[in-house]
Amino acid sequence: MRKSPWKRRRKWGGKGVNNLLVAKNISVAFGGLLAVNDVSFDIPKKSIVSLIGPNGAGKTTFFNVLTGLYKPSRGNILFGDQDITDLPPHKIAEIGIARTFQNIRLFGLMTAQENLLVAMHSHLKSGVFATIFRTKRQRKEESEAVDKAQAILDFAGVGRWTNEYARNLSYGDQRRLEVARALALEPKVLLLDEPTAGMNTQESQVFIDFINKLVAERDIAVMLIEHDMKVVMSVSQRVTVLDQGEKIAEGSPDQIRSNPRVIEAYLGKPKVARK
Amino acid sequence: MVKSTGTSNLTRSNRNWIRGYSIAALVMFITYQYLLPWEGLPLGIYDGINKWMPPAALNESLVYVIMALGLNIIVGYAGLLDLGYVAFWAIGGYCAGWFMSEFFYFLNINFFGSVPAESPGIHINFWLVLLIGGLVCAFFGALIGAPTLRLKSDYLALVTLGFGEIIPQVFFNGEDFFGFNISNGTKGIVRVDPIPAGVKNLGPFDFGWKLLLFIFLAAVMVFISLRLRRGRLGRAWLAVREDELAASMMGVPLMRTKLAAYAIGAFSGGLGGVAFATHVDGVYAERFNFAISIFLVAMVVLGGMGNVWGVILGAFVLSWVNGNGLAAFGSVYNETFGTSIDFTSFTFLLFGLVLILMMLFKREGFVPESRMKLLMHESELDEEESVEKKKKVGR
Repeated sequence: MRKSPWKRRRKWGGKGVNNLLVAKNISVAFGGLLAVNDVSFDIPKKSIVSLIGPNGAGKTTFFNVLTGLYKPSRGNILFGDQDITDLPPHKIAEIGIARTFQNIRLFGLMTAQENLLVAMHSHLKSGVFATIFRTKRQRKEESEAVDKAQAILDFAGVGRWTNEYARNLSYGDQRRLEVARALALEPKVLLLDEPTAGMNTQESQVFIDFINKLVAERDIAVMLIEHDMKVVMSVSQRVTVLDQGEKIAEGSPDQIRSNPRVIEAYLGKPKVARK
Repeated sequence: MVKSTGTSNLTRSNRNWIRGYSIAALVMFITYQYLLPWEGLPLGIYDGINKWMPPAALNESLVYVIMALGLNIIVGYAGLLDLGYVAFWAIGGYCAGWFMSEFFYFLNINFFGSVPAESPGIHINFWLVLLIGGLVCAFFGALIGAPTLRLKSDYLALVTLGFGEIIPQVFFNGEDFFGFNISNGTKGIVRVDPIPAGVKNLGPFDFGWKLLLFIFLAAVMVFISLRLRRGRLGRAWLAVREDELAASMMGVPLMRTKLAAYAIGAFSGGLGGVAFATHVDGVYAERFNFAISIFLVAMVVLGGMGNVWGVILGAFVLSWVNGNGLAAFGSVYNETFGTSIDFTSFTFLLFGLVLILMMLFKREGFVPESRMKLLMHESELDEEESVEKKKKVGR
């Protein structure tokens, strides 16, 4: 039987090729409030894309839809060929979408290493009995996981805090640890919700370098929500602007910078935007 | 800033606990099995032991230890409040009542039982019943867990409270359960089979050997607790306790993880239930009351939530005070001062007082888990820390 050309196109060519994650016509309503209204969004492979918008624009809500925390009232989300709209959050995490949080949500009373090991939960296999009897396989799996966790901690620059409780780390290190924890999931898409909030210029620069290194060295696409325009403009290949739940613009940083609608909705008066 | 002592300490305690525990077990066993019946033992010591910690009371304490260790997995590890744990105790007890007594007199099933083959009723080997009791409880744990674990903490606690009332009531009124007699109602199931232990069958009065058995069962639960805690599931429990939402976002299936906590905790309740049935040589519905659930939670909280050694200590102390300690103290006090105060009637007053004092001065329990200690003293650190954090942000 001949393969359907449609299927082949899906695999080898056409629009869906380079897109890791495609969200189509997503709407989210909370009661009468339409938090996200008919937003389509895709994340190409090995890319860094940003989502910006004023407070209350629906950015974090959109994030929560992508990670399965909220179910969209309309629209669907494709990850590769798989429809993930109705999957529970832990399944979505397992197949490769990891995130960080706007306000850090580490497991404070667990060590940095344990934080990462929790994220590896879905990749580890040993069950209750293997753990109780500490089978050879379980011990091997654990020691490999510990090594891997250490490698990721080193990569993220928090390697010296392996056995420190997460809550004892400094603010910047907690941010880095949260990214490291997300990386431990071995994600294909990494969603970062305001990663540089509370960082100074120098720390932000270090973080930008880190994100660039991440995308360069690992096969990962990154999506950012960010308020710091310097970060957004320097790091992203594409910027999408949300305002009051609607997508008002999308394009390269330069296009966005000069888009009058964006300036009006988000940056306010042109005088401020040109700062 | 508080230095973490987490991982390294745990490993060390894992290496050493078997030694310490075995020595304690051996001392207790020798004291009660050989020293107590010994003719040459000075009468003072003999009376003293019998007054302050008689063999029966010690064994009962150990049953409480087994239970509290199970509850610790639910409350201490996974952070789910369970106010109906007594239900598992009851189910475990009735498993012993059904499967190793003459209760079902119209049947005649004997599977490696410890009584002659021709005796009526179901007589399954004690060790097997132990397993059955545990598994049945684990099943019921998962059964009530499945629909209720979606609830948040307070509501979950209320549902478990209801469960802890319903199950004992079912047994209490179980003489006519849709036409079947499942529990003998208030009369209870009297006499369960002795425990087959190699050369000897252990009846209700073989306190010494049964002490060893109960110590062994508690050790099994300690072992399971410690091993699980260090593994994949234990980490997931901790993560769920810390931040449910973040845990689910990190790929931890919440339902399955919580259900596992319930099932394993309930399993221990089953072991304890069967053990208790052999201890009192019967199953009596009126013993499974709500106060026991609260009592067990108090043991876990006072001992040190999440730390098995703390929980063991808590279970020992509270069950001792409740069972024998206060009465013994009262009689000594009355003799010395010539008063006639009924100290045992003040048990709950005392417990209330102790709870208040503990919550005021040592919230994390007698032997806290290091993490819990940090958590419980959070408010005291808050001021200092927020200043520190502000400094960092503004850096």
